[in-house]
Amino acid sequence: MKLSMKEKLVLIGNGMAGIRVIEELLKLKPDLYDITVFGNEPYGNYNRIMLSPVLAGEKTIDDIMLNTEQWYADNGIKLNKDSRVEQIDRIKCEVVARDGQRAAYDRLLIATGSLPFILPLPGVDKPGVISFRDIADVDSMLVAAKTFKNALVIGGGLLGLEAANGLMKQGMTVSVVHLPDTLMERQLDRPAAKMLQSSLEERGLNFLMKHSTAEILGEDRVSGVRFNDGSEIVADLVVMAVGIKPNIELAQTSGLHCERGIVVNDTLQTFDPKIYAVGECVQHRGVAYGLVAPLFEQAKVCANHLANYGIARYEGTVTSTKLKVTGIELFSAGDFIGDENSEEIVFQDVANGTYKKLILEGNCVKGAVLYGNTVDGSWYFQLIKDGTDVSAYRDTLLFGQAHLGDSGHNPETRVANLPNDAEICGCNGVCKGDIVNAISEKKLFTLEEVRAHTKASSSCGSCTGLVESLLAYTVGGEYSATPKTRPLCTCTDATHDDVRKGILQYQLKTMPAVRDSFEWRSEDGCAACRNSLNYYLLCAWPTQYADDAQSRFINERAHGNIQKDGTYSVVPRMFGGMCTPDQLRTIANVADKYKVPEMKVTGGQRIDMFGIAKEQLPAMWKDLTDGGFVSGHAYGKAMRTVKTCAGDTWCRFGTQNSTRLGVKLEQLTWGSWMPHKFKLAVSGCPRNCAEATIKDIGIVCVDSGYELHVGGNGGIKVRVTDLLCKVETEEQVLEYTGAYCQLYREDAHYLERTAPWVERVGLAKIKAAIEDETQRKALLERFLISQKAAQIDPWTERAHGAEANEFTPITVSA
Amino acid sequence: MSKWLEVAPLEDIPVLGSRVVDTPDTRIAVFRGKNDQIYAIKDACPHKQGPLSQGIMHGDSVTCPLHNWKISLSSGEALGPDEGCTNVFQTKVDSGLVYIQL
Ligand code: SRM
Ligand SMILES: Cc1cc2nc3c(=O)[nH]c(=O)nc-3n(C[C@H](O)[C@H](O)[C@H](O)COP(=O)(O)OP(=O)(O)OC[C@H]3O[C@@H](n4cnc5c(N)ncnc54)[C@H](O)[C@@H]3O)c2cc1C
Ligand code: SF4
Ligand code: FES
Repeated sequence: MKLSMKEKLVLIGNGMAGIRVIEELLKLKPDLYDITVFGNEPYGNYNRIMLSPVLAGEKTIDDIMLNTEQWYADNGIKLNKDSRVEQIDRIKCEVVARDGQRAAYDRLLIATGSLPFILPLPGVDKPGVISFRDIADVDSMLVAAKTFKNALVIGGGLLGLEAANGLMKQGMTVSVVHLPDTLMERQLDRPAAKMLQSSLEERGLNFLMKHSTAEILGEDRVSGVRFNDGSEIVADLVVMAVGIKPNIELAQTSGLHCERGIVVNDTLQTFDPKIYAVGECVQHRGVAYGLVAPLFEQAKVCANHLANYGIARYEGTVTSTKLKVTGIELFSAGDFIGDENSEEIVFQDVANGTYKKLILEGNCVKGAVLYGNTVDGSWYFQLIKDGTDVSAYRDTLLFGQAHLGDSGHNPETRVANLPNDAEICGCNGVCKGDIVNAISEKKLFTLEEVRAHTKASSSCGSCTGLVESLLAYTVGGEYSATPKTRPLCTCTDATHDDVRKGILQYQLKTMPAVRDSFEWRSEDGCAACRNSLNYYLLCAWPTQYADDAQSRFINERAHGNIQKDGTYSVVPRMFGGMCTPDQLRTIANVADKYKVPEMKVTGGQRIDMFGIAKEQLPAMWKDLTDGGFVSGHAYGKAMRTVKTCAGDTWCRFGTQNSTRLGVKLEQLTWGSWMPHKFKLAVSGCPRNCAEATIKDIGIVCVDSGYELHVGGNGGIKVRVTDLLCKVETEEQVLEYTGAYCQLYREDAHYLERTAPWVERVGLAKIKAAIEDETQRKALLERFLISQKAAQIDPWTERAHGAEANEFTPITVSA
Repeated sequence: MSKWLEVAPLEDIPVLGSRVVDTPDTRIAVFRGKNDQIYAIKDACPHKQGPLSQGIMHGDSVTCPLHNWKISLSSGEALGPDEGCTNVFQTKVDSGLVYIQL
């Protein structure tokens, strides 16, 4: 290793505050330090706030990662994850981790966050009692939700309610125990808390107010809870969300001055001048914070000092609160209770579910609570922080900023009136001015772009509405806020449905014709619309439209899945998952001949050969098609596989011949291009070994015939099928399946799988079309016509020279 | 010294598509636009070396097949919020033949 002359910076705690300091520092002085990070969790840095939506199933862990491990590598930062620092040796200036690793520092930054507060109750260490702080906690809640029914959340604060909501979304019956008689008493006044409680009750949460927990019951695992009044409740999962305490143990044992948190001055320096601290573990001017906005402000100041500028000071933060339960709007800030010196103005409309209260002292706003409509939250918050004299418009203050002057009601004018330093995104400390500048200088038009450039609305997302209003107000007419019906892509205002109808109505048969009649803004479309149009035209004019290879994603153009190293995979079709020794020999011979680096049996009951160079594909396909195989379309927005189980030929429970039916179904449907991938399965009895009830079409055989289930899928969001109907013969299964395929092909939007399609159009409409004999027969007929053109095997064609240019590189020598 | 190398007849490259060209040093993607403009770009995305030749072309840019970055074919730069740049090469068409300058 090269000896570096750079100073060494060590960070303990790979969380939101600590990494934010590093990010700010890299912006100021990217090369000043050799940076080493110790983190107790086995991940890169993630957005802790978003654990709530992850628990509620609205986001995935991947969605909430902030910095991947690649980011650390790219910035030359050494990351020791899963590595807990146990000791700081302030004499030798080094830290020692549990795994024995040591790192010397010139400057040290402590950002160890906080620990959930655990009530010292008898039985609290039983399995099934957890807190809500990190990914591991969310994982154990998700696992528990799969096997257990009853959850109890102790604590009706922000965290407790978000946990309760998430567990309820995961299908559990959830009760919340709270000691005071109103929820979120530190952020809400009584009326708002009561409104919140009743709307959460409507959603299905139970509340046990004024209850105090005495003991956790259970043998091997928690089974319930006993309260002080002697009453008991059943629970297989107990989530403790009664508060947090700064995590200061390490700092304390290292002799740093701590009170409730690690004491820091206005430059975030501890009593040891080489050691800085930020985040929930610190105590600044007597306050320990538990929200990200103040931590991010601290991070800015701390980075400024680490970069040796020495000009910033942190003077504390006024905080505001929002609850992240989808569908509930709640905002509070400042002192919302008031005292004898203050006045309050209140607006309440119970029927409408809105409530607003402002606390005034002198002529200034001191606090605000909003429920139901929080558009004006950031305006009030600004008035509080600035101490603005509001006497001039006190009468209309409650009606919000829109009522100032002549500006009307819409949210655009509200944001228009905000001063440039008004904070829009509390999580990331992004002000209106930053966003407006980014929008105009970098010519941003969409929410995604603003997120990418400014970070606004990219943490907890509750300011999304404001950012959209800012976009609307800054770019004017050019911005269309997420409308109910989305245009097909940014090249046009036409929707998928408009385009599909237009193609038939005006007999549009080429892509330029479609683009002309719908006034496309780009000459040859984009990567999104070209695929869609190609499919829509193919579906509408199966015998006339000539497929455009350049408008297909590479997998469909090369008839294999592209891999991360640019090679391809080859999956031959095996009808119904059936095979013969000869077929297996052919595959084995091909694998030997082309030196296939790896093969596996797929989840769709086929054999996948990986790592094939594009140039080799046609030759390999030739050998496979000579052996009787056709393409498996494992790469396409197309009909994929029919999975089958053993069926009545062998299985002692089988009621029908599921394999024979599977093969017939695959012969009927293979080769069909679809709006998205399309999978089938046939199970020989309701034990359902072929997993038919999570397929686009699943057939479950029963004694008296066949059940047709539709609209299921696995994947990120599992959806179980709905029962379409029951039929008596194999012929009927084939007829209904063909008709259903065609209905989906003709009606769904491109890249909309059957599961979301069924949810969008409703099962009733689909049932009506399929059960009506005339319609069903017509659909089937159209399906069969399009299958004639589709069932020409693409591999055989290419093995015999079609599209040769696609597969042959040109070689030039110098 | 840079020099012009003959690649292929124009019609061997699909409109709004590309061909892969192997040179002694590196693999190049040669694209043909709607009006027969020819672009040559190193066949490696600035993000994670995805093969740009396999992407979908539109206007004078290409969408990388691996993670959908958009790369300008004339400058080699990533468009939008993504940042990065890959090499581009001069091209010309002469009597129906495509040339690139290395
Ligand atoms: C090969 C295979 C995994 C395996 O070895 O078992 C596989 C591999 C891929 N799957 Fe899959 N899926 C495979 C069975 C499945 C299954 C199981 C099944 O079919 O019964 C599922 C869940 C069932 C389902 O689809 O509902 C599945 C759900 C997905 C999804 C999520 C789909 C969704 O609607 O949420 C994706 C992503 C997508 O399509 O956008 C995906 C995408 C992919 C891609 C194409 C990712 C990509 O874009 O590169 C993978 C290609 C790997 C390759 O290069 O070959 N794969 N994939 C399986 C091929 C089956 C076959 O024989 O054709
Ligand atoms: C479910 C949930 C929802 C929330 N919602 C909101 C919200 O809506 N708005 C809001 O503003 N805030 C919210 N918060 C609070 C917010 O997440 C925290 O304020 C913020 O994460 C604190 O940042 P931090 O860096 O101080 O601590 P953390 O992000 O907790 O980071 C500390 C890290 O240090 C590690 N660590 C500790 N000790 C050691 C050691 N000795 N060695 C190595 N590593 C160590 C820990 O494992 C942890 O990864 C929420 C929190 C949770 C849990
Ligand atoms: S689950 Fe599917 S998409 Fe994910 S890595 Fe495996 S094969 Fe690829
Ligand atoms: S490699 Fe091109 S986008 Fe990732």
